[in-house]
Amino acid sequence: MPQRSRLTRLFWLLGLTLLGVLVVSIFIGRYPSPYWMSPSLLREDELARRLVLSLRLPRILTALLMGMSLSSAGAVLQMIFRNPLVEPGFLGVSQGAAFGAALSILWVGSSPIIMEISAILFALMGLMLSYFLARRMRHGSWALRLILSGIAVSALFSAGNGIMKYLADPLSQLPEITFWMLGGLWGMTWKKLLFISPFVIVGLLIVYLMRWRLNLLSLSDETAFSLGTAPARERTLLLVGAVSATAAITAVGGIVGWIGLIVPHIARRIFGANAQYTIPASMMIGGMLTVICDNIARALLPGEIPLGIITSLLGALAFLALMISPKIKMRI
Amino acid sequence: MKTPGIISLSNLTFSYDANLQDAISDLSLEIPAGSIAAILGPNGAGKSTLLHIILGMLAPQGGQVLLDGKNLSFYSRREMSRLVGLVPQIEHIPFEFSVMEYILLGRAPYMGILQMPSDEDYQTVSEILRTLKLTHLAHRVVLDLSGGERQMVLLARALAQQPRILLLDEPTSHLDLSNKGHILRILKDLAEQGVTVIFTTHDPYTAVLSAQYLILMRDGNILDSGPIEQVLKADKLTSTYGVPVRVVKVNGHSVILLDQTLT
Repeated sequence: MPQRSRLTRLFWLLGLTLLGVLVVSIFIGRYPSPYWMSPSLLREDELARRLVLSLRLPRILTALLMGMSLSSAGAVLQMIFRNPLVEPGFLGVSQGAAFGAALSILWVGSSPIIMEISAILFALMGLMLSYFLARRMRHGSWALRLILSGIAVSALFSAGNGIMKYLADPLSQLPEITFWMLGGLWGMTWKKLLFISPFVIVGLLIVYLMRWRLNLLSLSDETAFSLGTAPARERTLLLVGAVSATAAITAVGGIVGWIGLIVPHIARRIFGANAQYTIPASMMIGGMLTVICDNIARALLPGEIPLGIITSLLGALAFLALMISPKIKMRI
Repeated sequence: MKTPGIISLSNLTFSYDANLQDAISDLSLEIPAGSIAAILGPNGAGKSTLLHIILGMLAPQGGQVLLDGKNLSFYSRREMSRLVGLVPQIEHIPFEFSVMEYILLGRAPYMGILQMPSDEDYQTVSEILRTLKLTHLAHRVVLDLSGGERQMVLLARALAQQPRILLLDEPTSHLDLSNKGHILRILKDLAEQGVTVIFTTHDPYTAVLSAQYLILMRDGNILDSGPIEQVLKADKLTSTYGVPVRVVKVNGHSVILLDQTLT
């Protein structure tokens, strides 16, 4: 087991690297020329200052919150369902959130607050459906049943999303809905960030504060009960925290896959299985990776690359590397 | 000072479903503090059900379980977890917890819902590791341990709760003779220190080796219960297992034999 003093050093290193990535990200972009803006320009150029303050900063902070939410939600789901292969996208959460958002765009109106609430409600519904379907299945291990029911529920919501795309006005509503499917943070403003912040921050706080308790909730019901927990109630509280953060961030950023699956694995590799350390580590690594991916999305090409494409590409490669590495042990 | 962990089961009745036959009917028994009781019966007899009732996980439909003279329902969840520790039959641990991290989970009854383990919790666990001679395993991953080592770690986690009553579900069923002897020795030591130990087993010899009280179960019914000298009789064991059984004395120890030739 990694010693506590070693873990503290690792956290300092991770924290400083994250801070470095955040600062450097401010100067990455395509203004005034591709890839890099000189820091001195902030003093000299009013447009550069406004660009950084009004567009880049809220976008970088949203990317940070997005990475923190997705990866900590992934870690929570993996531990609570005792399955290292789940992530919000596998359990109907992301597709459910996108469905809720699309539904809101199409019939209720695209006011951010309504869209967020609708996204959160459908994300929770996706998770509960996956869970109850898995409980009703008769064959296979719990891990397998959960994955299968998650795939089925995601596919249902995905079909619903397809129907809504078909019904949507091609000029006004369709581009907005398509955006959910690919994921991205273009057009992020302080206003949007402020709208989602309460859900995200409260959700992240619940997960962070209950992180040691999460270890207990990854054990069997009888052991968790014998240790004085109320397993059902405490698991629900953690799930609501993790899912509301994820759903709120999905409401502004669309479906961004793989971060929630891969980051908890990386965090466990470095910090061990104890959620006391893996949760903050997942938040920091997830935040950092998403900010880096978003930097690539907005700066690599003259046009924006959807963030979901970049995270899927890097996430899938990292996942393959983890799976074939002889040092990595997966136990399902 | 800690009060003794006396367990009284009084006219206990339990059923999983009102339409089904009672899983346990009219069971009364008192297990004094610092004694060892074995719940003995074939697989599927309902032994774990009884253990879960004493743990407070299942509520009996009739009768009551008294811990130190107080009905179970008057204890809070946290009080119960400080009073009663459980060693489950199988613990599926999906992540690579180290032995130290896993045993620390046993300190949960002494921590708030948002609290992290303190230095004292680490010290308590280190002491338990020393007592059980497991210090060398502290930084090993639980999943990499042998069956015997893993059972010791499960026991250590329950002991980290500093319970006065220890419940164990088939604690020796997967162990070789040496590990079985080791675990039973520890249970005897714990009982001598005043901990009340109740374990389930399908192996009569395991019960004979360590228990002072015996509860015989078959098909969800209690066939007999009481001090082991009164209950450990060939006819009762024959009814319990549905095969002819003989109890013979070898050097003063009871040995249970299958009374049939396999041809």
